[in-house]
Amino acid sequence: MTVTDVRKDPHNLTLTMTTEFGASVEQVWELWADPRKLERWWGPPTYPASVDHHDLSPGGRVTYVMTGPEGDQHRGWWTIVAVERPTSLEFVDGFADADGTPNLDMPTTSAVVTIRALAVGRTQMEVTSTFGSIEQMEQLIAMGMLEGLTAAANQIDAILANQP
Amino acid sequence: MVVDLDRQSAEEIDRVFHALADATRRDIVQRVLDGEWSVSALAREYPMSFAAVQKHVAVLERAELVTKERRGREQLVHPNLATVRRAARVLEGLEALWRERIVRFQSVLDDDL
Repeated sequence: MTVTDVRKDPHNLTLTMTTEFGASVEQVWELWADPRKLERWWGPPTYPASVDHHDLSPGGRVTYVMTGPEGDQHRGWWTIVAVERPTSLEFVDGFADADGTPNLDMPTTSAVVTIRALAVGRTQMEVTSTFGSIEQMEQLIAMGMLEGLTAAANQIDAILANQP
Repeated sequence: MVVDLDRQSAEEIDRVFHALADATRRDIVQRVLDGEWSVSALAREYPMSFAAVQKHVAVLERAELVTKERRGREQLVHPNLATVRRAARVLEGLEALWRERIVRFQSVLDDDL
């Protein structure tokens, strides 16, 4: 079991997920620090991510584009708030316009990642994800839902199209 | 993102899917979640006729994603938060997103060890 604990705090609009991996702290950190590794897990398989800019220093930016099944592209960005390699990373995650400019009308979330050794080759990673406001949370989740439902709708359309 | 829709009938789900499969309608839902919009104010935001926007709102209304209220000469569009929330299950959605990420995270780690 990779995920060992999940805490949801509706009052503080926070989700905290604790996970354990059979790897070293450095190996876990590399999945955040190496853009080629990051893009292999950040986006869902149906929306693979491609990281075009990756600067994990305070004030630095990470930008990425996710490409959907119909070639539709969705851009996102992180702004790095704090970093202490290889054990902690804090960033704000948001959406961007087609040209990569951060869209500040869209909701953002803050993430704090903490990585620590439990034993040799055993590492704990805790991710805390926080929304700015209930309205933002509802908006973001509604959009997540919209994407999920749209993907499902497209699948249904594809199935229907293949019927005689 | 995994969404638990088991309490909705297949027909309701079908209407919600159909309503949200269109970018303009998704945009309308996002706008009305953010504040009050009249149909005519919405119509000014899109490169299409008032009647076309009105049709989009009607599709959303049938899917129970929005409600319409007449105020004087204006028709105001409100989000139906019960439907939006029920389908969303706010933090559960975020949890599902991160659980999926962690599964992929583990497999990238496994590949590299």
